[in-house]
Amino acid sequence: MGKMPLWADALLVPLLSLALAAFFSALVILGIGENPIEAFNLMVDGALKRSAGWGYTLYYTTNYIFTGLAVAVAFHARLFNIGGEGQAMIGGVGVALVCLYIPWPHWSLAIVGASTGAALFGAAWAFIPAYLQAKRGSHVVITTIMFNYIAFSVLGYLLVEVLRPTGSMDTASAAFPEAVHLPNFHEMFAPEGSRMFRGAPANVTFFLALLACVFVWLLIWRTRLGYDIRSFGKSETAAKYAGISPLRITVVAMLLSGALAGMMSVNTTMGETERLILNSTEGAGFVGIAVALMGRNHPIGILMAALLFGFLAQGGAELALWTSIPRELITVIQALVILFTGALDNMVRMPLERLFLIIGKKEAS
Amino acid sequence: MDLVTLLQILDSSVRLAIPLLLACLAGLYSERAGIFDIGLEGKMLVAAFAAGAFAAVSGSVWVGLLAGIGASLMLSAIHGIASITFRGNQLISGVAINMLASGLTVLIAQNWFKQGGRTPALSGEGRLSPINLPFADMFESIPLFGPTYKELISGHSLLVYVAVALVPITWWILYRTRFGLRLRAVGENPASVDTAGVSVVRLRFAAVAICGILCGVAGAYLATGLQAGFIKEMTAGRGFIALAALIFAKWRPWHALYACLLFGFLQAIAVRFQSIDLGGVVIPVQFMEALPFILTVVILAGFVGRAIPPRAGGEPYVKER
Repeated sequence: MGKMPLWADALLVPLLSLALAAFFSALVILGIGENPIEAFNLMVDGALKRSAGWGYTLYYTTNYIFTGLAVAVAFHARLFNIGGEGQAMIGGVGVALVCLYIPWPHWSLAIVGASTGAALFGAAWAFIPAYLQAKRGSHVVITTIMFNYIAFSVLGYLLVEVLRPTGSMDTASAAFPEAVHLPNFHEMFAPEGSRMFRGAPANVTFFLALLACVFVWLLIWRTRLGYDIRSFGKSETAAKYAGISPLRITVVAMLLSGALAGMMSVNTTMGETERLILNSTEGAGFVGIAVALMGRNHPIGILMAALLFGFLAQGGAELALWTSIPRELITVIQALVILFTGALDNMVRMPLERLFLIIGKKEAS
Repeated sequence: MDLVTLLQILDSSVRLAIPLLLACLAGLYSERAGIFDIGLEGKMLVAAFAAGAFAAVSGSVWVGLLAGIGASLMLSAIHGIASITFRGNQLISGVAINMLASGLTVLIAQNWFKQGGRTPALSGEGRLSPINLPFADMFESIPLFGPTYKELISGHSLLVYVAVALVPITWWILYRTRFGLRLRAVGENPASVDTAGVSVVRLRFAAVAICGILCGVAGAYLATGLQAGFIKEMTAGRGFIALAALIFAKWRPWHALYACLLFGFLQAIAVRFQSIDLGGVVIPVQFMEALPFILTVVILAGFVGRAIPPRAGGEPYVKER
């Protein structure tokens, strides 16, 4: 079978899939009696034309970078970690414990502690599914789904019975101390007296997410462990012959994946709500799947895809605010992107491969 | 605990087990044919919405049921095209279907009824009505058996009896018919089925379609039997509990019934008692909610007999390499 040129595989296929998803999204918008072009313009206005809009877009982007990287690292070892949602929830518990019970002198130290807590808790939540997959052959997809639900129950229990301050009616932990407040974009970039980024939740964690991108790139393509992970993902038997332990790679890849998913909570729990709440993940774990698929499991692709989905999330919120289109439209668009870039990938790829084969033959003759 | 309370809990266990059972059997057909389906949840959800909406508009629960089955079949078709025709990743397709269902139902419900993503409350003909079995009143005076018969066996809606009847029917289809043999074979070793001159593609599409129909019935029961109308996200993880039950049952019909009754019982207890006090040790309600999932992980871990899925599950079949 003829191979496609790299640019076609990395750009043309995702763009065509995206175009298909956009086309069907437009049909959905038409179906509920709205104008897709107007809707798109509203989304652009709300998400990209004002600094506060950007502040929200980048806040969502930060979440999606973490969860996208989490899914991608597991994908490289041919593991489908669908449990980002649960790992992020439990990561949030790690953040809350670190922020509530350690007296931090300054946010710069606290963010290191909170990241460590989030990563450890997220990784721990991914450990059992990973171990069961490697040792017992129980499918990691099924176990991580189960662990998402268990995580929700654990979080509910902790919030209601343990972390909730006495007398409080909210299912939420106490507010974090002032010292762990992370500087947001308004405080960081707005000149004195300016309204730039005001009220938007984007914060310093965004740069942590960028660092995570660099880290994952280095890890996967520049270290021995990354090489092992990729060879295991390409062919388990070949990897075994090369002396790579399947148990080690499965567990390590899932731990890294869980840690990255957990770190999302630094953004939501420490950066935005500043206390632990029940639904801080808001489905970002699942969006991570779409992000990784669109971004072809490469940090640069993931960064771009996360920006796109961040734009969609914020644009969707704006739509819900100004029109009668509910926010769930975005879920539909995300689903369509997953469908076309993931499940129906061959629908785009097969004809393209044939096309390039014909072109290749013509050039040869 | 007195008999009346016990019967009430068991009765609500049965009611709660039915949607699980229907979805579990749906998954059984699909997975036995080698198509993993984590989209049970989404299919139930669209079916619940379509059933709720059409029952409300037409005033007939049967129109609702048909609409529910139709909606679920549409998602099944997507899953089939993605995973059979285009040999895509079945798990990713399932994730997409779940998200699609969760978004589309609210979107359409809001656009159609403008009630914040729900359908109008059903009443009268729009709901499934209970069927009283014969002699229910006559037996009532018999101790133990009388009340049990009246409360637990009698007085459910038609779909409940259909769902329970589907268990032996499924067993018979799987183990006593040619179609069943081929269905199981295509999930274990599709190449052998292909060699015998039977179309793998057609068999798998048939299995996915049966799965769609059953998920449709499950969703319709949720919206018209268990509750009166569709509410946003009303499946609440039932599709995944059904998936857990399927693993728990190790892909066998009778065991699916037992697993679903067990999980239904757990749900009924979690609904009735918030926290259970067992002589000083308090079991929180969250633990009861999580128990089906924990049990499934334990089963998956192989501590209580191993659960081995159909061998060709999740793998697209490619004729002639």
